[in-house]
Amino acid sequence: MNTVLGLLGGLFLIAGAAFLLFGGLGLVRMPDVFNRIQAGTKATTLGTLFSLAGAACLQPEWTLKLMLIGLFILFTNPISSQVLARAAHRSHAEKSALTAVDRLEDDQGA
Amino acid sequence: MVEFLIYIAAMLVGLAFLLALYRFFKGPSAADRVAAFDVLTIITITVIVLVALVEGRAIYLDVALIYALLSFLGVIVVARYLERGL
Amino acid sequence: MISLFVSLLLFWLLLNGSLAGDVVMVGVAASLLLAFLFRDGLAIFAEWRPNTLATTVRYFFFFLKELVKANLNVAKIVLAPSLPLTPGFVKVRTRLKSRMGRLLLANSITLTPGTLTVDMDGEWLYIHWVSVDSAEIEAATAAIVTGFEEYLEVMYG
Repeated sequence: MNTVLGLLGGLFLIAGAAFLLFGGLGLVRMPDVFNRIQAGTKATTLGTLFSLAGAACLQPEWTLKLMLIGLFILFTNPISSQVLARAAHRSHAEKSALTAVDRLEDDQGA
Repeated sequence: MVEFLIYIAAMLVGLAFLLALYRFFKGPSAADRVAAFDVLTIITITVIVLVALVEGRAIYLDVALIYALLSFLGVIVVARYLERGL
Repeated sequence: MISLFVSLLLFWLLLNGSLAGDVVMVGVAASLLLAFLFRDGLAIFAEWRPNTLATTVRYFFFFLKELVKANLNVAKIVLAPSLPLTPGFVKVRTRLKSRMGRLLLANSITLTPGTLTVDMDGEWLYIHWVSVDSAEIEAATAAIVTGFEEYLEVMYG
């Protein structure tokens, strides 16, 4: 029983780390700041949640505190990304040449 | 066995950290750097949790929580600054 | 907001009976966060309707599913050598009226496949979309907003 839970925890940790790695990869490979934030925020949120879940499997008595951290991340991570994306857009950060349409700029220009 | 899995996870996390660090130094815009910083701090939370697991001490979780709180405020403040100055 | 911050910090320091560096730091951080969250009183958290607990739970699981989908999507894009992107900023409209409902909607959109909330203006949200299917307001709203809105409308209105 204990080894099963331990194995599950380890796998959760690895899955979480893998998602963090995808986030880092996205941060490097994506062509502009908005796409980088996209990759960064999603991958790190789930990556962290998986890592916390893994830790909870390995140390069940920590579950409550790990859940608290998880909830906090879940709530604040998208907020900081959104504020950052808005700041980037308002400070006219460079957009990738691929960007098809920008209705936010259209509306602000009008 | 579990120890081994934790170390593998730590290696992957370390790699993710290096990638984000690359973006942090490369930029090019300030927003890029803040985005990278944001990712770096969140990766650090996982690092702290891994350290807590290896050391077997729950006190590190408090560190992780406070760290998450402060980095959130930090990113918001810097983003606001980019937008229109403090 | 400032008075709330000061009183919280004072209470914390009295509680600890110490001016040690770490105690003060934690106190400042916690008081700042609380003062920030509760600058308009507790109104935001009172908007949730307790009789919608079942919907809230279903919303949570729907959200988790979308979050996992978003991450597989990110992995797919990041690992593809060609980096398949057609990004753009689209405009969508929400029917939600409450502040908490809109906050959760914006957060949910940010964490789901290919979309990132960039700006809000009343009922209008501006979304950065990794693969723009349609820049039309109705079509984009249907694709991005409707899934979450059905739950949040019950929970918050």
